[in-house]
Amino acid sequence: MIVLKDINKTYYTGKTSLHVLKGIDLKINQGELVSIMGSSGSGKSTLLNIIGMLDNHDSGDFCLNDEKIEHLSEKKAAFYRNKFIGFVFQSFNLISFKNAMENVALPLYYQKVPRKLRNKSAMEYLEKMGLAEWAHHLPNELSGGQKQRLAIARALISRPKVILADEPTGALDSETSIEVMKIFKEIHASGITILIVTHEREIAAETERIIRLKDGRIESIIENGQRKKWLESQHMA
Amino acid sequence: MNLFDTDKFSEILHALGKNKLRTFFTAFGVFWGIFMLVIMLGSGKGLHNGVSQGMGDMATNALFVWTQPTSVSFKGFPKGRRYNFNNDDTRALRDNIPELEYVAPRLQAQNTVVRNERTGSYNIHGDYPDMNEIDPVNILDGRFINNNDIEQKRKVIVIGKRVKNELFDADEDPMGDYLRINGVYFKIVGVFSSKKNDRQAENENQQIFMPFTTMQRTYNFGNIVFWYSMTSHKEIPASEALGKVKKLLRERHSVAPTDDRAIGAFNVEKEFKKMQTLFNGINGLIWIVGIGTLLAGVIGVSNIMLIVVKERTKEIGIQRAIGATPLAIQTQIVLESVFLTSIAGYVGLVAGVGLLELINYMLINFGASGEMFNHPEVDFNKAVSALVVLIVSGALAGLIPARRATQIKPIDALRDE
Repeated sequence: MIVLKDINKTYYTGKTSLHVLKGIDLKINQGELVSIMGSSGSGKSTLLNIIGMLDNHDSGDFCLNDEKIEHLSEKKAAFYRNKFIGFVFQSFNLISFKNAMENVALPLYYQKVPRKLRNKSAMEYLEKMGLAEWAHHLPNELSGGQKQRLAIARALISRPKVILADEPTGALDSETSIEVMKIFKEIHASGITILIVTHEREIAAETERIIRLKDGRIESIIENGQRKKWLESQHMA
Repeated sequence: MNLFDTDKFSEILHALGKNKLRTFFTAFGVFWGIFMLVIMLGSGKGLHNGVSQGMGDMATNALFVWTQPTSVSFKGFPKGRRYNFNNDDTRALRDNIPELEYVAPRLQAQNTVVRNERTGSYNIHGDYPDMNEIDPVNILDGRFINNNDIEQKRKVIVIGKRVKNELFDADEDPMGDYLRINGVYFKIVGVFSSKKNDRQAENENQQIFMPFTTMQRTYNFGNIVFWYSMTSHKEIPASEALGKVKKLLRERHSVAPTDDRAIGAFNVEKEFKKMQTLFNGINGLIWIVGIGTLLAGVIGVSNIMLIVVKERTKEIGIQRAIGATPLAIQTQIVLESVFLTSIAGYVGLVAGVGLLELINYMLINFGASGEMFNHPEVDFNKAVSALVVLIVSGALAGLIPARRATQIKPIDALRDE
């Protein structure tokens, strides 16, 4: 599904440069639920953004769904993002002046799906997220958990292959975080690949594989079976 | 792509409604630009109408030729000699100068006109039917002088509106009635009104036309012609015909070829062209100033759109993250700009035309329209082209901000707070 080979990324700000990703090799299979951990500045968000084609890598190979992603035009990138990927952000990134239903329907708007059809589809996803009665409310009338469920509904509506979540629980309390993770697991159960960037161990622990980044390199990959062992070792440390 | 779906419009309205005062002032710039353009165009047209209506429907290639004392002695004649055109000249002009379309010899006299107990002093013109082609009047009733009148030297007249009003009661029909002019009775066969405006119209409405031949004979003018009104054929410059006319008349009256003063002439075409140049100049100036003002408004819009784009960076980032193509974003911003300029421009257009109509209404109702200003208006084509200019300039105003909106990488746009 997602294959990364020796991905490098450097940011330039004036005369100083910052080598953020230093040769990332990674393979994520279809249907996996993976988390990426690391301290701030480790490059985890950058990696997610490159996978989401919101940013481009400097060197290395990146294949998504067997297609090599290289020198994408913005138009093509927008097309891939719309078709393959659903984003969930820490700060929700909902459009403030559109109501819940319109927010969810937006990706279909860019696919030029007729209004009635996309609103119907949006209602279905809102229902799945238990937000049907909030369909005509604006985002700022919703709680944090509701906003994130709304964002997830928006990510799902275009039936993506991959969900990319950047600190999806970062702005939520622990109870809502558990609720959101439950939703991610349900989505995962339907066969969608999910990548979650997080720094919370409890969240990472819920995933099948944990990729730990440190200073732009993959420090360790912990498989499902080893998870408990890893947790224990963390506790012992 | 559907340009006019509800989502686009709700977005446009939201974006513009976010800062209403700012939107208002921006729109006002465009409003003012188009408003001024319309007012100036209308005023220019009003000036043009006023001046050109002073000429009525007079042919723009009309020529007037009359005699003046000679200024050069020639063939034994002293200078300062007075002479007259005559009927033979008329024939010679008609026979020898094919460039002329109409040739109307004219006579004129001021006379007392009597009907029963009423009298008035009016200008009597002896004319050919051609005259009504060169400098036409409105025939309100009956007819103008015709060729039979000329040939048979009929004692018929066509009277001006004011002559009728002064000599007849409102309920009387002047047609077929008789007026006594200098002791001779003439039958009224037509009533006319002037096509000109103001004082010139007043003068013309006090005139009486009679057949040229009748006037010559009845009042003992012999074969004298006071002056000629002529036009050249449409495709021939009036000045070219005038040259030939002058040459012929000089030869016929033993006027020195170098004597420019002996034949007086007025070339309407020349004056008309001068006027035309003046109005073209005024019009050009109006467009330059108007477009300049409009441009200032449009630049204002462009500026505001840049700020709007900056403010919405994050929102645009979100839209791109979930699959909006750069074209979709750009279309949205250009549409916003076009929307703003079109609405503001349309209001300006309507307000401008409204004000012109109001001025027009007042000019008519308070009788203020004069020789210099009449019926200000903006013709439909100009209004439409102004609207097209607006929409295009709105699109141009949106183009730079639209490019700016998609130049920034989506990830940077998303990070923008």
